[in-house]
Amino acid sequence: MSATASQAITLQSKFSLKEWIFTTDHKRVGVLYLVGSFAAFFVAGIMAMLMRTELASIGPTVTSNPTTYNMWLYFHGAAMILGYQIPALTGFFTNYYVPLMIGAKDVAFPRLNAFSVWLFWMGIVLALLTFVIPDPPDIMWTGYPPYSVITPGNTALYTFTVLLIGFSSIAGGVNFLTTIIRMRAPGITWNKLNIFIWCTMAAFVIQLIFVPILGVAVTMLSLDKYLGTHFFDATAGGTPLLYENLFWFYSHPAVYVIFLPAVGIIYEIVATFSKNRIFNYKGVVYGGIWGTVILSGIVHGHHIYVSAIPDWLVMIQTITTLLISIPVGLLVIGLVGTLYKGSIEFKTPMLYVAGFFFLFLIGGLTGIPNAMSAIYIHIHGTQWITGHFHYVMAVSVTTAIIGGTYYVWPKMTGKMYNEALGKLGFLLFFIGVNITFFFTMYIGVVYGMPRRYYDYAQFPQIEGIQKVITFGSYIILLGALVVLISWIHSLIWGEKAPNNPWGSKSLEWTHTQSPPPQGNYTEPVKVSEDWNPYGYGK
Amino acid sequence: MNRKNFFIIAGILLILILRLAASGYADGIPDLRAGWDELWREMMIDILGIGIVFLAVTIYLLVKYRRKSPNEEGSAKKLTPLAAFGWIVIPVFIFMADDIFLAAKNFTLWNQYRNVPANAMVIDVEGFMWGWDFRYPEGITTTNELRVPVGKPVKLNLTSRDVIHSFFIPDFRQKWDAVKGKQNYLWFSAKTIGEHVITCTEFCGVLHSNMYGKIIVMPENEYNKWVEDNKPKGGAI
Repeated sequence: MSATASQAITLQSKFSLKEWIFTTDHKRVGVLYLVGSFAAFFVAGIMAMLMRTELASIGPTVTSNPTTYNMWLYFHGAAMILGYQIPALTGFFTNYYVPLMIGAKDVAFPRLNAFSVWLFWMGIVLALLTFVIPDPPDIMWTGYPPYSVITPGNTALYTFTVLLIGFSSIAGGVNFLTTIIRMRAPGITWNKLNIFIWCTMAAFVIQLIFVPILGVAVTMLSLDKYLGTHFFDATAGGTPLLYENLFWFYSHPAVYVIFLPAVGIIYEIVATFSKNRIFNYKGVVYGGIWGTVILSGIVHGHHIYVSAIPDWLVMIQTITTLLISIPVGLLVIGLVGTLYKGSIEFKTPMLYVAGFFFLFLIGGLTGIPNAMSAIYIHIHGTQWITGHFHYVMAVSVTTAIIGGTYYVWPKMTGKMYNEALGKLGFLLFFIGVNITFFFTMYIGVVYGMPRRYYDYAQFPQIEGIQKVITFGSYIILLGALVVLISWIHSLIWGEKAPNNPWGSKSLEWTHTQSPPPQGNYTEPVKVSEDWNPYGYGK
Repeated sequence: MNRKNFFIIAGILLILILRLAASGYADGIPDLRAGWDELWREMMIDILGIGIVFLAVTIYLLVKYRRKSPNEEGSAKKLTPLAAFGWIVIPVFIFMADDIFLAAKNFTLWNQYRNVPANAMVIDVEGFMWGWDFRYPEGITTTNELRVPVGKPVKLNLTSRDVIHSFFIPDFRQKWDAVKGKQNYLWFSAKTIGEHVITCTEFCGVLHSNMYGKIIVMPENEYNKWVEDNKPKGGAI
């Protein structure tokens, strides 16, 4: 006991950069992912603020050069998805939680894990080079040819950023699937796994199947641009539709790579803060989570309805896309049902969950029109889509990431945070995102305002609404600053955290200290027959 | 549990009842805008219905089951196998029924969008960085300004000179991609005289947001006069 206690103190007191860079400890690797992904979030967030300010009025506002705006937009999209959301969820939370939740000492391949985080950091550095190289990429995160092939912008930077982060994901997938399958502590059977663990497995199965396809697509893009191949050149026998298909064949499932771990975190918080069992556990796992995985690969066509794909394919994809409502509906019913007869305490993480319920409801339901090919004709490429995916992917997932970070904070840092600051941050964030993204959807569908516009002289009637949207985005910024302040405040002045401040029944809270020592558990974990991570009310 | 079941079923029934209105068209040419607006309205009722049911249940549970004492724990029991099965099968069927219902309505409208009326006049459109070129059957060419007679269906053949563009007329709820090396199409029929924005909705580079023009809908006789006045002399090409 005393030996591990002193190790825990070492983890806290002595800072060595070398130890952090060369660490193979999954908790430190997790923290590296956290820092990297929030760095990406921060820079991409600044881009969002610049863009919103630019759009507050017709004509030049911040910059008179549309190319600069297009670079901001490229960076915002690519960094938010590839640099912030996927690494925060499948890097940080996965690394921090998975071994702790299954009672393992570390991951199956610790050095491969370190390699993953290195690749991710290299990807972040490469992405940041956008701001220093001449002719930065201006091809949006989708990188559609022929534009991405003929642009003076640096498409190779995009290709290599995607490849680095993609390899990082593949290595992570191999590592964590092995860890979950092989390293569960005795007694932790499949049907006693935390929902988050199931979500992580599902997300990595999707990554392992689909990331290589994105890798192929972006590689072919650079081959076309720099080596003169014609994969996507319609005048030489290729077709840009091929790229659109390959890109969305990965990038739609990527939405579930983001959504599933996020909803997994939400499940953990709901169970802990209602001290309640998971409603219909098997229905959630086998219907909701794996149902999503099964459908994920056969719905991408709804992104390209108006790109002239064959009518029979439109018909099939409309139906499969609508069917996504089934597993997602089961996941939401499971969440809502977990509240039933619970004992709900509204600490900051639970507030974020309440926010998630609302934001995801709007985001999920506004996805139904997008599935319908005829409806989609009008809304494709408009701000409706921007508003919809910000609700469903950007902000509801961010409530899971920030709420989840507050949830794991005492375990990770050994410090408590200030509840008042936590709640204030949530409130500002919640108000800001609703103002911003409701009106974003509104101008898209009512006026037909397209996405990716530097200016909108053809829509003078919406300038007032644009100002409201920009105002909303400033409130989000304020909320993000309060969140940051609350974390810094906690690191410096936070009270010492008890081992299980939330009274959770999950292993990471009941069986180890805050923060956990190297090796996680002082003695090998073994759980009894009647143990369950959600075994409340006994 | 039964109560929630009731809420969900009642919500869906309400939606189905609210949707009995049907749309039709008088002159044999479907009104795409009216059809789109009608389907959109129905779908909004549908998703609002689902949303309100879920939101009401969630808020009710969040308020009702607040923690009353510090050491209180949740008291819900594990579902019986039958209840667990029911909580999968019933939602699956409700969602699936709604999905199929929406899909069927969608395909009716989709067919109207993709089947061009036989008497449509054909205009060729070529997108380029950054504008739209139009070529009329009589050989007239214009840029960023499309003149059409009121009430007559117009088919646009779309292609692109360079990158992918997307031809969008927000007022007509109509849009389709223009791709180099490919021949796509869309059609519309303007019901009233007036002007409407055309704008590009596929990112196409620096001046993407400046790639806009207008459709001018004219009375038929004025349109015919405009064609006569602007026809290339010495016969059409």
